[in-house]
Parts: sequence; C-alpha cells; structure tokens
Amino acid sequence: MIHSLFLINNAGDLFLEKHWKSVISRSVCDYFFEAREKAVEPDNVPPVIRTPHHYLINIYREKIFFVSVIQTEVPPLFVIEFLHRVAETFQDYFGECSETTIKDNVVIVYELLEEMLDNGFPLATESNILKELIRPPTILRTMVNTITGSSNVGETLPTGQLSTIPWRRAGVKYTNNEAYFDVVEEIDAILDKSGTTVFAEIQGVIDACVKLSGMPDLTLSFMNPRLLDDVSFHPCVRYKRWESERVISFIPPDGNFQLMSYHISAQNLVAIPVYVKQNISFFETGSSGRLDITVGPKQTMGKTVECLVVTVHMPKVVLSANLNATQGTYNYDPVTKILVWDIGKLNSQKLPNLKGSLSLQSGAPKPEENPSLNIDLKIQQLAISGLKVNRLDMYGEKYKPFKGVKYVTKAGKFQVRT
Amino acid sequence: MSANSVSYNDQGSVESGVDAAQENSNIPVSISSGGAAFSLFSADYKKCWFSVIADGGMDSSFSNARSFFGQLSRSEENLREFSFQSMIEVNYCDLAGLSALMDLIVVLYTCKMNGGLGSLRLEAAGVMRNALVSAENLQLTLKSDFSSEEQALTNNHKSGNEEKSSRGNEDLKEMLESSKESNLLKLQFEILLKKLVYVYLVRYAEEQQDLALLSISTFQRALKDPNQLIRASALRVLSSIRVPIIVPIMMLAIKEASTDLSPYVRKTAAHAIQKLYSLDPDQKEHLIEVIEKLLKDKSTVLSSSRDSRALLMSVVMAFEEVCPDRIDLIHKNYRKLCNLLVDVEEWGQVVIIHMLTRYARTQFVSPWREDAVFDENSEKAFYDSEEEKRVDQSKLYIMDPDHRLLLRNTKPLLQSRNTAVVMAVSQLYWHLAPKHELSIITKSLVRLLRSHREVQYIVLQNIATMSIQRKGMFEPFMKSFYVRSTDATHIKTLKLEILTNLANEANISTILREFQAIGRCATNISEVTDTCLNGLVLLLSNRDETVVAESVVVIKKLLQTQPSQHSDIIKHMAKLFDNITVPMARASILWLMGEYCEHVPKIAPDVLRKMAKSFTNEEDIVKLQTVNLAAKLYLTNSKQTKLLTQYILNLGKYDQNYDIRDRTRFIRQLIVPNEKSGALSKYARRILMAPKPAPVLQSAFKDTRMDGWMDSGLAQRMRSASGYLELSDWPAVAPDQSVRNVEVVEPVKEAGAPALGESKPAKSDEKFYSDSEEEEEEEEEEGSSSEDSSSSSSEESESESESEENSDDSNKSSSSQSEKSSSESDSEKKKKTLKNKKLQQQKPDSKDRKQKNGNTVKGESESESGSESSSSGSSSESGSESGSELDSDSDSGTDQKKNTKSKPVQSKPVTKYDGSFLSRESPVSGREGYQESEREGEMSD
Repeated sequence: MIHSLFLINNAGDLFLEKHWKSVISRSVCDYFFEAREKAVEPDNVPPVIRTPHHYLINIYREKIFFVSVIQTEVPPLFVIEFLHRVAETFQDYFGECSETTIKDNVVIVYELLEEMLDNGFPLATESNILKELIRPPTILRTMVNTITGSSNVGETLPTGQLSTIPWRRAGVKYTNNEAYFDVVEEIDAILDKSGTTVFAEIQGVIDACVKLSGMPDLTLSFMNPRLLDDVSFHPCVRYKRWESERVISFIPPDGNFQLMSYHISAQNLVAIPVYVKQNISFFETGSSGRLDITVGPKQTMGKTVECLVVTVHMPKVVLSANLNATQGTYNYDPVTKILVWDIGKLNSQKLPNLKGSLSLQSGAPKPEENPSLNIDLKIQQLAISGLKVNRLDMYGEKYKPFKGVKYVTKAGKFQVRT
Repeated sequence: MSANSVSYNDQGSVESGVDAAQENSNIPVSISSGGAAFSLFSADYKKCWFSVIADGGMDSSFSNARSFFGQLSRSEENLREFSFQSMIEVNYCDLAGLSALMDLIVVLYTCKMNGGLGSLRLEAAGVMRNALVSAENLQLTLKSDFSSEEQALTNNHKSGNEEKSSRGNEDLKEMLESSKESNLLKLQFEILLKKLVYVYLVRYAEEQQDLALLSISTFQRALKDPNQLIRASALRVLSSIRVPIIVPIMMLAIKEASTDLSPYVRKTAAHAIQKLYSLDPDQKEHLIEVIEKLLKDKSTVLSSSRDSRALLMSVVMAFEEVCPDRIDLIHKNYRKLCNLLVDVEEWGQVVIIHMLTRYARTQFVSPWREDAVFDENSEKAFYDSEEEKRVDQSKLYIMDPDHRLLLRNTKPLLQSRNTAVVMAVSQLYWHLAPKHELSIITKSLVRLLRSHREVQYIVLQNIATMSIQRKGMFEPFMKSFYVRSTDATHIKTLKLEILTNLANEANISTILREFQAIGRCATNISEVTDTCLNGLVLLLSNRDETVVAESVVVIKKLLQTQPSQHSDIIKHMAKLFDNITVPMARASILWLMGEYCEHVPKIAPDVLRKMAKSFTNEEDIVKLQTVNLAAKLYLTNSKQTKLLTQYILNLGKYDQNYDIRDRTRFIRQLIVPNEKSGALSKYARRILMAPKPAPVLQSAFKDTRMDGWMDSGLAQRMRSASGYLELSDWPAVAPDQSVRNVEVVEPVKEAGAPALGESKPAKSDEKFYSDSEEEEEEEEEEGSSSEDSSSSSSEESESESESEENSDDSNKSSSSQSEKSSSESDSEKKKKTLKNKKLQQQKPDSKDRKQKNGNTVKGESESESGSESSSSGSSSESGSESGSELDSDSDSGTDQKKNTKSKPVQSKPVTKYDGSFLSRESPVSGREGYQESEREGEMSD
C-alpha cells in the first residue's frame, strides 16, 4: 500500500526517506515540489498529487511535509490517517514533531517506521505497543545510559505482539493509581454583523491520562449523555455498551490518549460566551479609517472568560494603526497586516474597548470589505455544552484509584463578520 | 583482525583528545552532554569531537556515540567522511559501541545515500568487518549466544559487505554456534542489532542479490525455532528479501508457516503472501491455496487474542492483493468476517469493509428498487416495467439477512476515530444500503470535516460527489459547508461546489447570501434565475472590478440560457462597458451585444463606434469579439454600421496577432459581397446569427460516475491505477445465498476442531442436534455478534432436511424443475448439474468438489454480468423481472432464510461432535441443503 515515505521541510529539503518495498528514486518528489511551487502557501498544496507512475499523498504538519508514494489503489484517507498517526507518534516520542527532533533521533525514527509498517501495511500504530518495542528517549534515560554505559534498548523481549488487548501493554504497575479526564470543548461559530449567530457548533474531546496498574476495566457515565449524539471513540471503547446504555466502558491504554470526541451542532444548545460590538470603517477620502471594538460577556454561566484575544486580518492597504486599548495590549504587524489585541481576563464591570484610527496607503482605493474578527478565549471549569461526567467506576482491580475530571472551554474557529 | 590486536582504553590518547577539544573551544568536554550541544558546533569542533571519540574507547563515549551519529545525518559530507574514518579506528569494546556503529551504518545507508558517499561505502564495509570481529570478541567475553536468526543476520550482514574479505567469517560462525548461554544484556543487544541489520539487509538485498543469498540457509533454520517470535521475524525478513531466486524457498516457508500453531506466525505468513506475490506473480495459484486455508482459520473466531484478529486482517489484505476476483473464497467466511469486524484493528477494518462492499455487490440484489428516485438507471427500469410489476417488486423486496447483517455490523464503526474507517463504512452504506437508511452516514461524514486539512479535502470531495445524487442527505448540514476565511483554497472551492449542489428552492436565499458563485445556483433552479440576475446586476454596481467582471461573465451565461427578454440588463451592461477593464468581461459584453443586437438596435452601433476608437489598445480577446460584433451588426443593420465595420476590418487586417488577421480576413470574405465571394456569403447571416445553444453549467463532479467506487481523491482520478477494482453492478438475480452457510463439510475446518473443543470443554455429545439454541447463545457471546435471537426456531428441521436431502435429491430436483420460470433457469440448471455430478460420485474428493463449487459460482456471476453489460435496456429489465420472481420464492421461504444466518453457528457443533470422518464423507453441502429446505417449504404451502 504505502510504498515509500519522504519527509520534506518547509524550505523544500528532503531530509529523510524510507522505503517499505523496493526503492523509489527521490526524483519522484519533483512532482511534489512542482505542486508546492504552484500552491504558494503550504496549506494549499493538494493532498493527492498524480504523477505518471505513482500517486503522492501528502500531509503538512509542524512545517514538515510527509509525502508518501502510492502505486496501487488505496483509500486515500487510509494513507492520510496513517501519516497523521506517524506524526503523532513522533510527537509522542520526542515531545514535538519537528525537523530538528527527527534528525536528532533519526535511528529511533527508522526503528519506528519499520515497526509501524510492514510491506506498506500498518502493523503497530498503538503507542502502547510501540513503546514496548522501542523505548522513547528521555533525558533521564540518556543520563542513566551515560553513567551506566548501557544503551537505549528495551529491558525485556517485546511481548506486545502477544498481549490480548491490542492497545494496552501487559504488566503495568504504578504506586499511585490515577485516572484523569479532561473535557475540552471548542466553540466554532460565525457571528454576523449584528451579532446573530450564523452558525455555531461545539466540538468536544475527552482526553484521558490513565495511570492504573494491571488490567482495569473502567466505566465512565455522564449526567446528561443525551447531549451527545455524534461521537467517535478510541478503539478501546465498547460500542455496544454505548449503544445500549449510553455509558463508556473500556479497558484503557496506559498513559495519555484521547478517549472520545463529540460534536454538538444543534444551535440552541450552543451558548456564545461573548458578544462583540465593532465598528470598522474606512473613509472615502483622506486615506484613513476608524476602528472601535468592544467585547462583553454574554452566556458565560457565571465563569470568567480568560485568555481573550481578538485577531483582525486587515486589508492590504492599511499601513498602520493608532489605537487605544482600555485593557490589554494591541499590536499591529504592518507586514502580515494582522492586528492582535490581547485582552486577557474579561471584566464584566468595565468592558474592554479598543478604539482609534487606521491610516491607509494614500491614493489606494478604499478597501471593499471589512475584515472579520477572529476571537480566541478560554473558560476554565466549564463545559459550554453543559456536559457533566457523573461517575467513573473501575472493575477488575482491587486498589482504589484517584479520579479527577477537568472541564475547559475554548474558542475554536470563532469568527465575527463585519 | 584478532582480539589481541584490539587496543582499548588508551587513556593517554583520550586525555589528549579531550585536551585538544578544550583548547579549541570553551565547550565543556563532558562527552555525555555532547550529543545535545553537538548541533551547535562548527565543523572543526565536530572534527575534534570525532577524534575524541575515535581515540577514546572510553566506555561512556560509546553509549553516546549513538546520539553523535544521529547527528551525522545532517552534518556536512566531508565531515561525515572524516568521522567515518575515525570510526574505523575505534575498536568496539562494548555492546553500546557496537550498536552505535550499527546505527551509523543504517544512517549512512538508508538516510543519505547520495552520490558523494560512494567512497564511504567501501569504508563502511571495512568498518562492518571490524564490527563483526569486535562482536566476535564480545561473544567470547560474554559467553552468550546469538540466536540462530541473529547469526543469519550477522552472516548476511557480512555478506552484505560488498567484496571485502570474509576473513574471520568462519571463526565467527563457529563462535556464534558454539556459544549457548544467554543473558539479558545479550538479549537486549541482540534485538537492537537484529533490527538494524534487518533494516540494512532488506534495503540492500535487492541490489546485492548474490550476497544476500548467503544468508538464506540460516533463515530457514530460524523458521524452525521453538520461539514463535523468532520464527515470525525470520519469515518476515526472508519474505522481504526481494531476490527472485529464493521464490521457491519463500513459497515453502509460507506454506509451512500457514499451518503453524502460533497465530502470530500465521499472520506473518499472510503478510508474506503479498510480498511473494509482488515478487513473482506466477505463484498465484499456490498462494490462493494458502489464502483459502488461512481464511478458514478457526482461531479467528474463537480466540479473542489480538494476533488472530490481525491474522484475519492480513489474510484479507493478501486476498485483495492476490486474487480479488475469487470471491468464491469469501462465501464461507462472510459471516465470520461480518461478526468480527468490530474487533479487528482499525486498519484491517478498512480493508475488510472494502472487500465486503465488493462482495455484497455481487451477491445481493439491489435494495434500491422501490425508492431509487435519484438513481437514473433504476429509474429507467422502474418506469419501463409495467405498473403491476412495479408494485410487486416494491412489495416483494426483502433484504437478504446476510446483507442486513453486514449493514448492522458496520454501523457502529461510523463512530471510529479513524477517518478512513468512517469513510469506508460510508461508502459501504452508499453502495449497499437502502436509500432511506443512508442518512445515518451524513452526520459522521460531517464530523470528519473537523479533522485535518487533508482529511477535509478528501471528505469534501466525496460529499460533493454524493450531494449531486442525493441533495437531501446533506441539506440539514448545509451550514457546515460555509466557507471560512481561513480555509485553504481547494477546500473553499469544494465547499462552494457542495453548496451549489445543495441549492434548492427552500434554501436558496440562505445560500445566496452566503454565496458568490451564483451562476450555477441559478441555472439549477429556474425559478430563482431572476432573483439571481437581479443580485448579479446589483453586483455590477460593485466597485471591485473583478467582481463586476465575474458577474458579467456569469450574466452572459445566464442570458444565453434564457429567451432573450433581458434587453434592459444588456443596456445596463452597455452603460457599464466604459468602466470595465477586465478583458474577459469586455469580451463577454461585446458578445452579448452582437448576439442580441436586434433587441438593442440603438445601443449596439454606439458600442461598436466606441470600440472602433479604442480598437488598437484592446486585448486580443476583445478585438476578436469586436470583429464579431461588427460582422453581426453589418448583417443586421448595415446602413448604420457599414463604414464602421469596414474600418474595424481594416484595423484587424494589420493587427499583430495572426489570429485576429485571419478572423478579419474570414469575416470580410464572408460578409462583404464581392465578385469572388462564393456560396457561403449567402448564408453569412445564418452562420453568424444562428441561435447558439446555451452553455450547460454543471458541477465538475457530475461526470464522476457514482456506480463506481466513488472513493474520492484516488478513485476519481485513479481509474487507471493498478489494482483499482471496479465495483460491479448489482446482480439481477441474487446468487445463491446458501453458499455462505457451508461449514459442515469443510474438511479443513475439522483440522482445527481440537482447538475449538478447548474453549468449550463442558459440552456433551447429547446436544448434537437437539440443543443447538443454547449453543448458539454461547456462540453469540463469544463472537460478540448480534444475531437475531428469533432466527433459531427451525434449525432442527433444517438440519434434518439436509441429511435427508441426499436421498431425496433426485426426486426433488425433477419435481421442482417444472416450477421454475424460464428466466431463472440458467443459474439453477448449473446447480442442478453440479448436484447430479455429486450424486454420482459417492465419495468425492472434498477439495475437488470445492473447486467445482467455486467455479460454478464464478461462472454464474460472470455470465450475469456479461449479459447485463452487453445489452443495456432490455436485459436489465428482464433481469429485474427474474429477480422479482426469485424474490417471490424467497418470500414463501422466509423462515428458512432467516435460518441461514444462524446456520454456521449451529453447524459448528456438528463438526465438533460428529468427528471429522462422518461429516467429511457426507456429500451434503449447505447450499443444496438450503435449496432443498426452501422447496420443501413451498410444497408444504
């Protein structure tokens, strides 16, 4: 299926290649470079590129292009999903997935790629299994290795291939048994000029960090599972239990993983935590404009809105901005034409306001459209959909684990049109 | 090189090296921290470091060597060479050092094998020799053994060392074989070294075949190792060596491994099948045998272990690769696959779902009959057939329980986190599910839009294709396709595409507000064309030139589609004409003027006058249209425009562009009457003023045929790609469904019977026919499948009828022959003959029979598809008719049909308790048994 993989950085240097079948010359990447050239922005590179003999499927992550070469028919999503999994594995192993870390750990990278694919077909992609086969590098281990002179090799024979549960390694042991769940919700919304919601939805994930000994069997239940009608699960979750009882029953992988993600699109359920009053106008004459933005709390459920940032992509003719912010700081980058107003905590008594004038390129026609505002925010201890975890039960093990749940709401693609 | 010559721990040189490094820089000389800081150094410092390491031999430096050599991949080329030389001087005295060396070689070979490193290769070979000798020493000191596989690798590695001398090779071998002890350290090292050598070997075996061959015998030995891990990995390496000469050896190894006790090894064998097939396609027949054997593997049903699941997935992979057309192999495993699907690894799910989709399309009749409003083909059949028949059809369609099983078991997978799985299930539903059940995939597909950019692209492409055929599916989610300013260009385009497809009377106003590419909306829905035109005319007053230009172009297209009563719009555009500078828009307006010059008799000549003035400064495309306009006006209104036309034609005559000169000449000959002008000029008016057909505005996605896979990115463009499998049309007549039942007579099944017994030891023989219900329940739990609990009702009678069937068969077949309608006779007769044959042979060789079975099924499907494709209209009609008749059959036999689902479950205990011999000899196949029981039901009715 997947024939070869090339890693290419943003500058167009090919810095790593791996072949799972016979070797394909790296000149095949010329087609990719051509497309890359044409696309200008790295985001605009088409994910599937056709060449006379191969197909190149690429993803762009962390400023690296993962370009895979395909020779036979294969579902494209299959390849894309796998490439993302590779990137995530690198991230998991090295902390970040960047050119530097990959080059620093090139041997581990090769070991990983070798294990993840056999003859071009995914073999072991679960992080738990991989970590059993290949130990991730840590600072501590490097130190220990240096002192003891041992190398970065697993202590035991890999048993993962033979463990009965594909995603969990056997023989896990912790002194403190803990299970943490983060309910993270992102609001995607488009508000129009008058502040009415054009489109809103909530994208939620439950990230888990489970450090429990043995083979625990967990059941997570919600106060209001009816909220969730569109969910996707980690493979460890039993679909049947969810269908019948609306509880999440699973034997967790060891360590960090994403338990589930969900999607709430019913508009009436989506509370919009802030409102924005804005007035951006450009004058016909005098090559100047006016900007006035006020942000206020709307439906915050009694919680404070933090990390509030307003970003405006100004039209090209805006040269500079002379503004006055009642709270926080603003910064206008004349090169990228991006105005960033970092507000911080939203104070409902005294609403933050940004006001002032914009100076435009003289002689240029007044910009046709007003820029839209992108809003970023964070609310701690609140899941905006109202989702609440009821309880977590553990079966199969004797000890009593420590359990914790955290809720966070963030803004996803939150746009205000002007 | 002997052990004695190895000198290490030369303390003095270490110190001097360290000193040198210190002198050169202020960098702390702690070698352990070197790795991290390394990248910061200049080339010179790096050289120093290398000499430190080379001179060193300090234990700690070796463990760090790995990180150093990791750096090599990005250090400069000359430096690499230098470091390499220094490496050669290093005498490896511990495992870590050796592993570091292996790393280095892997890095050099796999990562940066570009031209300049040719010389390094030789050196690398030398280093390898050194390393092996060092390894040899280590063998002595640690008194531990390498596994036989390890030997193989090491040996092979040695052989991989190009033409370097094989000095020490024999010694090494002896040493390796003689040492028997093992310790943990050794084990660790072994695994790492093995892996690295493996990478190296597989990468270069193809290029250095002769040398790679030397390793084969040791692999063969490793294949018999008691440790399953070693057996498996030996097979893995062996099959990865792409050397044609060893094909027979590989074949043998695969065959052996496919009967291995360990599912892990069997899985590796399944993987090896593909590798062998790609190496030598001639082995196909043998490989199919192995696949068949593995597909029937019992452990996949019973053991919940990961490997047996993975085995399933690997076998299906191999099946898809080697013999995708042999769907007859799937029949007996179909239900097993369906039931296990949820528990298979996600990657396997994708493969299996795709395979099952193909399978189902050949095996089940179309569920789309009653409500296939959107499907053009079936719509035709729908109306062509007579009224009564249609009613019959819609009433009589009953979904095959196996079809239902597949749909039911794939549904939960829509909630997979793996987008590929979700897409695969969506496609399965799209191609197999009744139309009214399609809606459940919508939500999942829309959810995928939240994923990565690339995923979005593919999913949107699929949605675009789907939305053409079934608007209703995505309408509720229209807002998800609203364009964001942050989207990448191709995603924006796709979203617009989809919005266009979704547009209808109800939502058009919403979309219009949202939407810029209005043109297509308008043509799709004629009622709103006027609204659109107004909107566009409003847009015309927009100050942005490109917007205006775009709208002019769109209006041009729209006006063409409408009977020309929009003269005021044309007038409006004429007014705007002076302000528009975009050539395409100007040309469009000119064309409109010319085309509809009779509607605007006053304005057109005026525009022409303006153009005559500015002609020389216009773009080519505008000039051409000006000439056109002039010609048209000359014909319709020659009084006013004769001179102007002459003038423009003269200008055109001397234009720089040959195209324009040609056109001018042509037009002149055509319209200006002179003595030479031929017959054509008489028709000039008709030529020029012929009513033009309106352009057809439609989605670019319309041409992607939906009856194909529709699999987005690739499949849309990849039709030519190798391995693309066209999805077959629905069979007109459902192939015999009972082929999936058979498990009773499978001799291979019985081979696995002991394993089955292990898992359920408590059962006793008395239960043989009587208590099948209870067993079924247990089976259900184990297989984690949801079977219809109601379906077990008449199993007993059915199994009895099976056993009777043998004797009754000839009678039945003769009696039932008369009942048959002519249309279904074809396939039935084949079965009949098959049956008779079987009767003649009292103890047919089971394998032989199986083959025949397979062949007939294949033949059937071929003949069906052939007849369908050959004549489109009439044959498909007759096909559907005959289908309905079969359906009526099945209607009467509904009870029995239900049974088929639970049958394999029920039949398993049969194989188990009956002992293998009896069942092997009874020539009853489930297929026949099933037909028989069906007919019985009829007769009793």
